[in-house]
Amino acid sequence: MLVFDRHPSQYRHWKLSVDGPVATLSMDVDENGGLVEGYQLKLNSYDLGVDIEFADALQRIRFEHPEAKCVVITSAKERMFCAGANIYMLGRSSHAWKVNFCKFTNETRNGMEDSSRHSGLKFLAALNGTCAGGGYEVALACDEILMVDDRSSTVSLPEVPLLGVLPGTGGLTRLVDKRRVRRDLADLFCANPDGVRADRAKAWKLVDRTAPPRDFVQRTKERALELARLSDRPEKAKGVELVPLNRRIEGDNRILYDWVEVEIDRERRLATLTVKAPASAPESEIAAIEAAGATWWPLAMARDLDDAILMLRLNALDIGLWVLKTRGNADHVLAADKALMANASNWFVRETIGMLRRTLARLDVSSRSLYAVVDEESCFAGSLAELLFAADRSYMIDRTANGESGPVIRLSPANFDLYPMVSGRSRLANRFNDAAEVNRLAGQIGEAFDAPLALAAGLVTLTPDDLDWEEELRLALDDRAGLSPDALTGMEASLRFSGPETMETKIFGRLSAWQNWIFNRPNAVGDKGALKLFGSGSKAQFDWQRV
Amino acid sequence: MSTLNYQERIPNNVDLGGNRQLQRALEHWQPRFLTWWKELGPERYQDADVYLRTAISVDENGWANYGFVKMPDYRWGIFLAEQERDRTIGFGDLCGKPVWQQVPAEFRSILRRLIVTQGDTEPASVEQQRLLGLTCPSLYDLRNLFQVNVEEGRHLWAMVYLLHAHFGRDGREEAEELLARHSGDADKPRILGTFNEPISDWLSFFMFTYFTDRDGKYQLKSLAESAFDPLARSCRFMLTEEAYHMHVGENGIGRIVQRTLEVMKEIGSEDPEAVRRAGAIDLPTIQRYVNFWFSSSLDLFGSEQSSNAANTFANGIKGRPDEATFEDHLALDQAFEIEVPDGAGGLRRESVPMRNAMNEITRRAFVADCETGFIRWNRLIQKSGYQTPLFLPSPRFRRTIGVWGGQPVAPDGSIIAREAWETRKGSWLPTEADGAFIRSLMRQVIEPGKVAGWIAPPARKVNHLAADYEYVKFH
Repeated sequence: MLVFDRHPSQYRHWKLSVDGPVATLSMDVDENGGLVEGYQLKLNSYDLGVDIEFADALQRIRFEHPEAKCVVITSAKERMFCAGANIYMLGRSSHAWKVNFCKFTNETRNGMEDSSRHSGLKFLAALNGTCAGGGYEVALACDEILMVDDRSSTVSLPEVPLLGVLPGTGGLTRLVDKRRVRRDLADLFCANPDGVRADRAKAWKLVDRTAPPRDFVQRTKERALELARLSDRPEKAKGVELVPLNRRIEGDNRILYDWVEVEIDRERRLATLTVKAPASAPESEIAAIEAAGATWWPLAMARDLDDAILMLRLNALDIGLWVLKTRGNADHVLAADKALMANASNWFVRETIGMLRRTLARLDVSSRSLYAVVDEESCFAGSLAELLFAADRSYMIDRTANGESGPVIRLSPANFDLYPMVSGRSRLANRFNDAAEVNRLAGQIGEAFDAPLALAAGLVTLTPDDLDWEEELRLALDDRAGLSPDALTGMEASLRFSGPETMETKIFGRLSAWQNWIFNRPNAVGDKGALKLFGSGSKAQFDWQRV
Repeated sequence: MSTLNYQERIPNNVDLGGNRQLQRALEHWQPRFLTWWKELGPERYQDADVYLRTAISVDENGWANYGFVKMPDYRWGIFLAEQERDRTIGFGDLCGKPVWQQVPAEFRSILRRLIVTQGDTEPASVEQQRLLGLTCPSLYDLRNLFQVNVEEGRHLWAMVYLLHAHFGRDGREEAEELLARHSGDADKPRILGTFNEPISDWLSFFMFTYFTDRDGKYQLKSLAESAFDPLARSCRFMLTEEAYHMHVGENGIGRIVQRTLEVMKEIGSEDPEAVRRAGAIDLPTIQRYVNFWFSSSLDLFGSEQSSNAANTFANGIKGRPDEATFEDHLALDQAFEIEVPDGAGGLRRESVPMRNAMNEITRRAFVADCETGFIRWNRLIQKSGYQTPLFLPSPRFRRTIGVWGGQPVAPDGSIIAREAWETRKGSWLPTEADGAFIRSLMRQVIEPGKVAGWIAPPARKVNHLAADYEYVKFH
């Protein structure tokens, strides 16, 4: 099983340093450090392994270096910032691997923008040399791009002319949406394999500023400090160490964490993810929260869940249905929500909310069917109820016919404010796409919704009674597991995001639709496709029909 | 403007007089070139009359016209080798198809990049050598230096012509950039790293012309095979001049070796210190300069396994040197063996697709060509009764790119411990002290017929003139 655990002391591809309010992440990819055999990571090109370290470093900065207000992303190589995703890696990867890779890298880039927007962590791309493809897409995810003007270095998105695919990490969308590059200039830019030098890059708004090599380091520092001034991260605070996850992998089918359990049923192609509530109300005073650090339940649970999602996505491709369950005392979950809301202005609590927000967002874009099961011992309350609203469907046992209450669902303010999806709206707002419904529910915060009430309020999909429960659930799960995985991925992705698009939803939508279509077409991956033949010297042979 | 006599001012065989578009581009560029030449060309001697060879046509009598000229008045011309009728592409997937007289749109970008990279080295070397005139060992050598310089200038013109004639506005911009980047300028460096190091002494100059210009020769030979006919013809003509540059190198190193041997005989010792005290350059120092320049020139060929190389070969853009001597011009589904470190202190052979190995194939031809001078120099050493020959180090030694990049390899090719490399590199590569000693010898000698004490007089003279001919007249 491939794992996502990394530690700065073992980075092979990045150097992380923090100097007052400025953290610097220097890319220095070890050519021979590919995650799998068969390719060399030349010219600071990256694969999933490089990006896992990158994501880890960003997490370390968020939590372990709260005084860092601006992150400078640059390269330790001379005159080469980053050549983008490694093409040989892409050329020899399976479709699923490519998609997983693109998804993870997208989440990491979006996570940068998320941190800038919500947590005051600013990003400066310091392009000290040539910057191509995915390298430029990393820069596009930053708040500002400073580029060296040495009359040689270029920025480019050469995917279309060189590889017959698209920039897969939001490059096209960010050009016109975020940087407001004029669309015809963007067209020129994206069809030119050589890219443009600094002067034109500036004129076309592809970068914000340029500096000659002699001034570059100084200008980088100035701009980083300037960006840091926009940040409200603390001047002085003690970081919270992200201790290694307490994860046990038992055989092929069980992954156990402190707060999450994953059970895989290979035959039925489903996995059950059970998230556990804390055993008692978690710490609620700042001092105690900070002292608890990475063991504070909201953060510990989020890290466990995040890792479980990643592990399943990468290592269990054919497990198409995730059953989401919760266990424990809902009061403790609501107590946690209260602590989160009350201390949201504290940097650590804010970062924890961010971690939860990004983890839930990861769930939203996972290409797996998500069914929430509200059973007897569940605790779908507040933050954990977000799992319910992230699910494609939910089943809740109804015991009221026997005069028993059965499980209940409870809402907290967290469900309305704390975890906007990448579409910018809460999962409840997204679920109903109707402000009146959401407002009515806002008046019912804290109330216990038993099965009939939950069904009436639209919080769950189906509520079989206890006599039918097991059989109904079995049928529902097996029925889903038998449908076309491709059609399901498309259907779910289409239904999960209602309402207006944002840059992030466009990026994911276009990645899922256009890029994955192209990744499957012979023009890219056939024996004579451009991606397949790249580097072989032979020319791609296209099927010229426009589809 | 159109009243200018183009043939007189800019000798050419590309019908410059009849090409308005080209005239317009050149009229804009040429004054900038002259400004650049005056600012960054040879220091101090822009006013001197130099006995130079000028090409005024491509036929046998035309390419070597001797006469005195001030360098800024040199008639940099535009010459392409004669067009071959019905020439076809000689290699790659398009083998046998007619060559291109125009740039195919799909290869525009890659051709432009190749031409710009080649073009960038030409003015770079002029810039690198601009101070050498101040320390020349003789008028003969000074004149040779300037000949090399003006010809590098002409090679720049050749590349600029291609950019102007075939690449539209982009080409004109790139031509400007060729004058905007400067060797060693931290803010606007030349494209290739090696071309940003100044060449501050004549031993380095001869090494540069012997090794680095020979890299240029092999790049030109590969491009002379190109399906883009104007590029091929341009490079073929440049090769006639490049041969002279390498002759300057081979001749220069040979005369240094000869002088060293004479001194060794005079003092009856081959002790390096004794040789140095007697004012000559000891053989171990010459060997260290060989080690340095040979290894840095090898890097210019690129990685052993290269997708760019495969791409340019497949598409007929860049062939192998002397492509016609190969039997199979497709190089498809064939393997080539390269040596790679095995990660355990040894090497193993690895088979790579032939097309991806084109850099290595060209590099090996270069290495073989480098041997020629050593045969001659070692004959001198042997005839003088000494047993330590000069030699080419292993191509694995001191590489910075490719599979051997950064590997601790001794000049004999053996892989050694990294610490051992660090401690011994001073005996393999020029040290600060070597550099200081060489610079201490660099004293200008400009009396006609006189030569500095660390180098033997030339055996052959320019254009059969007398040994004390005043090749450069100062004002």
